Amino acid sequence: MNLLGLLVAVPLGFMVAALLLRGSGRWLILAAAPVMAGLALWLALLPPGTTLLVGNWDLPLGILLRADGVARLMVLAGALVIGAIGLHALVDPPGGKDGGAATAETFWPLLYLMWAGANAGFLTTDLFNLYVTLEMVSLAAVALAAMGSLAAALRYFMIAMLGSLAYLLGVALLVANYNTVDVTLLAQVARLDLATVMALGLMTAALLIKAALFPMHGWLPPAHAAAPAPASALLSAIAVKLGFVILLRLWFEAFPAITGSAALHVLGGLGAAAVIYGSIQAMRQDRLKPLVAYSTVAQVGYLFLAFPLVAGAVEPSSAWAGMTLHGVAHMLAKAAMFLAAGLMLKAAAGDRIADLGGLAQAMPLTVTAFGLAAVSLMGLPPSGGFTAKFLLLSAAIEQGAFLYAGVLVVGGLLAAVYLFRALSACFAPLAGAGPDTASRGPVTGGVKAVAPLALAGLAIVMGFAGTALVDVSAIEVPWATPTVIQPEVAP
Amino acid sequence: MELLAPEPVSAGHIYAVTGAILTALGFYAFIVRRHALRQLLAVNVVGAGVFLILGGLGRGPDAIDPMPQALVITGIVVAVALTAFGAAMIVRLAEAPRSPDQGKAGKPDA
Repeated sequence: MNLLGLLVAVPLGFMVAALLLRGSGRWLILAAAPVMAGLALWLALLPPGTTLLVGNWDLPLGILLRADGVARLMVLAGALVIGAIGLHALVDPPGGKDGGAATAETFWPLLYLMWAGANAGFLTTDLFNLYVTLEMVSLAAVALAAMGSLAAALRYFMIAMLGSLAYLLGVALLVANYNTVDVTLLAQVARLDLATVMALGLMTAALLIKAALFPMHGWLPPAHAAAPAPASALLSAIAVKLGFVILLRLWFEAFPAITGSAALHVLGGLGAAAVIYGSIQAMRQDRLKPLVAYSTVAQVGYLFLAFPLVAGAVEPSSAWAGMTLHGVAHMLAKAAMFLAAGLMLKAAAGDRIADLGGLAQAMPLTVTAFGLAAVSLMGLPPSGGFTAKFLLLSAAIEQGAFLYAGVLVVGGLLAAVYLFRALSACFAPLAGAGPDTASRGPVTGGVKAVAPLALAGLAIVMGFAGTALVDVSAIEVPWATPTVIQPEVAP
Repeated sequence: MELLAPEPVSAGHIYAVTGAILTALGFYAFIVRRHALRQLLAVNVVGAGVFLILGGLGRGPDAIDPMPQALVITGIVVAVALTAFGAAMIVRLAEAPRSPDQGKAGKPDA
């Protein structure tokens, strides 16, 4: 088993260990975070063309793990984000007031399950294996959402399960049509016929549900807003990204010849609508966590707005890099923002934005983390969000796609409106109650602010590492030369 | 085009057609019914239809292709596990002190 297998096997091992150790399983994150960060960094530095055929089964039947640019960036960012969320959950356990011990204990196996599922999903090119990883991540996500609100989690579960079955039906049609479900093989034999179009439509609809693209986003805000802060961070940062990455595999690797420009503009239009709708909804929220959750709906929109820009570009690398980097920047910034919001809400008098008054003095580090994450989400320079949006915007202008360019600009402005509203509330004087801060509960110490601050800082630092990340994202892009492994295609 | 082959309806088509009908029935029920348990059952009917289509695919005119059947077994295992998980959540929700359909915003403390 080489490195690619370890990236999946190690979190699964930690999951089993966390289940066996029960209460003391939380300390495992002290080993898991550095080990996984090291493995992910190693993956990012591997020479191009690194692959693993699981169990040495050859391709039409076997499962291929492959380290392309998207997988490298997503696995690395995922390792940093999940590791930081885990360390944060160690100092600030995610339990409610009711039965806090039980929920804190169940959090850890779910974290590792999501880690293993996400890594497997980012690395594999086998559409059926991707179904299994989707289920792993969805299962962990639903259980994490259930830590906050059972009703919201159940709604999420139902729509996710229906989506999974639609995806499976699509896989079934592809098996019948092509006798393989490997993306790299499908790319060589894909042809335009009814079965392929139906399969692609079913799988796309299913993945849009998982990625929560407008108008399939309905399950996201209640589930993400109600969960405890570390669970929300995992849901918003990791769970929605897997659906997006699988859509990349389908649309740009397996069937680039079939996805016409009209279909791409449907996805791009939905993305643009998501940016506007999610931002407006976020502006209308008067509670902090729903605001951050609706911001996820808006930010997912950018990922899909990029689809027609990548497909329409003469030289697609820069739009592709913009799309990938936006996913990474959103992972870092949104995880930081949810963790910071969790700390702020614990210190504040209530969960409304108006209740945040005085927090800037009470917990300056946490509010700084929230602010830095907001800078990246708005796309202000220098930050990862700015680099990504700049690449997308220049691609849009180059192609004369001024509608998309306009949405990119307006979306940034709307994000500034709703995020500055939350930030300015923190700087407002404490409402009522006079100048004493005793009534607002214990002020969190500096240690708890480290994880959100580190993640938000990384999102900013991404703005300085732009060209290096663009180079990584260009490894084994779909339109480059075919991959090294070229087994015979089954008849 | 490919799906509507000109040959007469063979035994293999029965699985696919029945599966399609089951999928449509389940999907209809999923949209119409609001109760969580009925929705879970509806999703399982959809699942049964999908598995029937997937399982029937391996049945060729002269040989049986084992690959779709290997896939369908995995799918069934996943569906069984998820159904148990969903049923457990429904039971939890029904046992919760608050009325089940009112907890949408999810405030754990009153």
